[in-house]
Amino acid sequence: MAKDLEDGYETLIEEVLSAYPKKAQKKRAKHLGVAGPAEAGDTEILSKCDTVKSNVKSVPGVMTIRGCAYAGSKGVVWGPVKDMVHISHGPVGCGHYSWSQRRNYYTGTTGVDSFVTFQFTTDFQEKDIVFGGDKKLEKTIDEINELFPLSKGISVQSECPIGLIGDDIEAVARKKKKDVNKTIVPVRCEGFRGVSQSLGHHIANDCIRDWVLEGEGSEFEASDYDVNIIGDYNIGGDAWSSRILLEEIGLNVVGSWSGDATLAEMENAPKAKLNLIHCYRSMNYICRHMEEKHGVPWMEYNFFGPSQIAASLRAIAAKFDKTIQDNAEKVIAKYQPLVDEIMAKYKPRLEGKKVMLYVGGLRPRHVATAYDDLGMEIVGTGYEFAHGDDYKRTGEHIKEGTLIYDDVTGYELEKFIETIRPDLVGSGIKEKYPTQKMGIPFRQMHSWDYSGPYHGYDGFAIFARDMDLAINNPVWGMFDAPWKKSA
Amino acid sequence: MPQSADKVLDHNTLFHEPEYKDMLKNKRETYENAPAAPQVTEILDWTKSWDYREKNLAREALVINPAKACQPLGAVFAAAGFEGTMSFVHGSQGCVAYYRSHLSRHFKEPASAVSSSMTEDAAVFGGLVNMVDGLANTYALYEPKMIAVSTTCMAEVIGDDLNSFIIQAKDKGSVPEDFDVPFAHTPAFVGSHVDGYDNMMKGILGHFWKDAERKANDSINIIPGFDGYAVGNNRELTRMLDAMGVDYTLLSDVSDVYDTPSDGEFRMYDGGTKLEDTKAALNAKATLSMQEYNTKKTLELCEKAGQETAIFHYPMGVAGTDEFLMKVSELTGKAIPDSLTLERGRLVDAMADSQAYLHGKTYAIYGDPDFVYAMARFVMETGGEPTHCLATNGGKEWKAQMEELLASSPFGANCQVWAGKDLWHLRSILATEPTDLLIGSSYGKYLERDLGIPLIRLTFPIFDRHHHHRFPTWGYQGALNVLVKLLDTVFDKLDTDTGKLGETDISFDLTR
Repeated sequence: MAKDLEDGYETLIEEVLSAYPKKAQKKRAKHLGVAGPAEAGDTEILSKCDTVKSNVKSVPGVMTIRGCAYAGSKGVVWGPVKDMVHISHGPVGCGHYSWSQRRNYYTGTTGVDSFVTFQFTTDFQEKDIVFGGDKKLEKTIDEINELFPLSKGISVQSECPIGLIGDDIEAVARKKKKDVNKTIVPVRCEGFRGVSQSLGHHIANDCIRDWVLEGEGSEFEASDYDVNIIGDYNIGGDAWSSRILLEEIGLNVVGSWSGDATLAEMENAPKAKLNLIHCYRSMNYICRHMEEKHGVPWMEYNFFGPSQIAASLRAIAAKFDKTIQDNAEKVIAKYQPLVDEIMAKYKPRLEGKKVMLYVGGLRPRHVATAYDDLGMEIVGTGYEFAHGDDYKRTGEHIKEGTLIYDDVTGYELEKFIETIRPDLVGSGIKEKYPTQKMGIPFRQMHSWDYSGPYHGYDGFAIFARDMDLAINNPVWGMFDAPWKKSA
Repeated sequence: MPQSADKVLDHNTLFHEPEYKDMLKNKRETYENAPAAPQVTEILDWTKSWDYREKNLAREALVINPAKACQPLGAVFAAAGFEGTMSFVHGSQGCVAYYRSHLSRHFKEPASAVSSSMTEDAAVFGGLVNMVDGLANTYALYEPKMIAVSTTCMAEVIGDDLNSFIIQAKDKGSVPEDFDVPFAHTPAFVGSHVDGYDNMMKGILGHFWKDAERKANDSINIIPGFDGYAVGNNRELTRMLDAMGVDYTLLSDVSDVYDTPSDGEFRMYDGGTKLEDTKAALNAKATLSMQEYNTKKTLELCEKAGQETAIFHYPMGVAGTDEFLMKVSELTGKAIPDSLTLERGRLVDAMADSQAYLHGKTYAIYGDPDFVYAMARFVMETGGEPTHCLATNGGKEWKAQMEELLASSPFGANCQVWAGKDLWHLRSILATEPTDLLIGSSYGKYLERDLGIPLIRLTFPIFDRHHHHRFPTWGYQGALNVLVKLLDTVFDKLDTDTGKLGETDISFDLTR
């Protein structure tokens, strides 16, 4: 069972900070805090991780868990667009490590009309660094065009050297677009840009704006009920278990961004009536653009856990007519027996369990309510790459006294987990095994630990089952050899 | 509604329920602007043709599904094999997140490393401040015994000088003057992870040996090289050498740090070559490399230091193990004990028992150069025929070595060697000239799916099967493990092919 620290977490934070050299200590102090009491109607989280301190550079040498702009663009936003070829432009490593790792599910014939689980790279050699890679990029595009004739377009995902050696990938893109008559998107997502994945999301969004949205799109029968799913990467099928609900209430999903997306879905998106954004952090930029430029309004929703699913379905339906609103009620009612069954089966096994989270820029708040639904308590949560507006959106989802950590370091997270000893930690692959060694159950909350979907009602059943199997597996009781005295 | 709490459907079944199939069909037809089915079939067939193969093999710029990673991964792996050592990778921070994830996904273990987190300002002004602050923070937080510094391509492109930076960091008190901070420049745009391993090994040995005087003794050093099976293999190696009574030092031994127990304690560091042993390794009579292409520069250093050297290609199988043991025996004067002779006999016995099922089987083999060499050699020992051998990070020298090996056995007569080619090349090659079996890493599963050739996972990375790396592939015991994997795959395929009741089950035999 988790320990309740008598004086809250302030002393723990002080202890952890005391290990740092002065300069780093001063910096890290601004990223660790405890959620204070929120006034009624105040959604802002009252901790030291406020709007000024988040989204700043990581301290060198501390083992930040963050990635880079390339990971944000190629790995998150662009990679799932299935009928385009995404070139990891530069040396071989970036594309290799990110190859097939996000499980952005898609349908299609891989290698023929879909390319998500591929690693395309220009595999830079020393001569490319010295003489530049633009010519190689041109040739690469020609070769893609010849070998993958059904690919609809190409994105160029810049790795660090591209921006440092002065290559002009935009010029190459313009030239080759004429040559091959396909959309070509140059993305300046070099890994040294910005402070985390987050700038990569932003740059990727800007490239959609500049190089895709002006495209022609394809024919489809437009209606008053057209929406886009934005910021769902279809990890383990999340976008599908969401889409099914939207369709059931009578809406048509024109574009799925970017999980299981095609180029046409991206081009057609501005024709929809409403943008529904799930991962606000990674795709709010393009929603704001579509609002200004195309007049498409946007709203956030949350399909983690039945309370938020129902609230979201109602909020979405409220943007449409009574038919849709009635449908939403019918759908909520239809799934209620499933929810009841899930609760009856899993809540007794999970109620009161304490959870610590450390994820990206959305889930630390979004999934909190799914744990709430199961009667579990979030005792600590933090973001890898949140901005001020994310912290503003966090307050309503967490309780006073929750430990908050921004861009946490390996050292801090280990100490927090070791001291608090929650019943479950949800974070990434790098955090999984250290946590489990300590005897604490763990679920990867980026990849759903190769499970999922977790979105929607169908996903909630899997989510609840997964949390149960993680916490209630017998292995956690076998750590101490019976001949050794338990500490 | 397909989902139920009683029997929760996972993604592998959920999306094949009628509701979802209809939904996805409608999505494709209405919104995706997808090509028509006949067109997809036509192109799919074309990608498996000789015409496509020619175009594919003519590629000059585009690389598709290469079976290689970049230098710093190898450097991080090499450094992890030393006592209490933290890898510090100078450059962009995302790279380090990638190496750690990659190693964790394979070993199912923690993989610790830090970054100097350079960003745009460092790109302009250089990363000295990042190095100075970073080393101080790493030293204070993670209390390493040694910090091994390598580089990402960002730091290499802007030309940061590690030697000078580390000296300056020490001057500023980031770490004590006498604290060990070996380093290696590991540009991602040169070579692959095996070169990064080499550079880091050379950096570490060079650091400890540079001012020391060599007092030759009779011990030997062994450098395992980058090996996804290091956990099983290093322990098997140790067991064999202990059985021989040899005085040896394994230089970079990751077998403990990538196989820590679950007992309530997270060990950031565990095992590894002791720093004092690394220092003393200068005095060894000889240094043996288990993988030539991982140690080219390192062995030069050893030779310059006055040591004898010997190279192996990932010793696996009968002759590979024989050669290794005989060389160790020759260098140390220790006899190969009867216990190992007995193990050899048992391996050969197992191969004789099963030879009918492996004789004449054809194989495509890909991976790092030394692994492919060893695997082809063992396959030929079973009477199998390596037909396509591919190493994305193999060059002309490797190709010549492979051809020499293949020429040494009638079972190598029909083999083609593909140096510098990738797994999309291999797809074309296997679509036009298929083999019975495919040996490689988890990435080979796409070839298995597309071409129906069973994949045997025997090299790094293995993400989608668990714990194989905990069992050795080296030595006679290791060869036995490999033999069983080959056989299981052959038998499983035979059972699958004859497994349909009333249709194909004439040969669904109980005894094989």
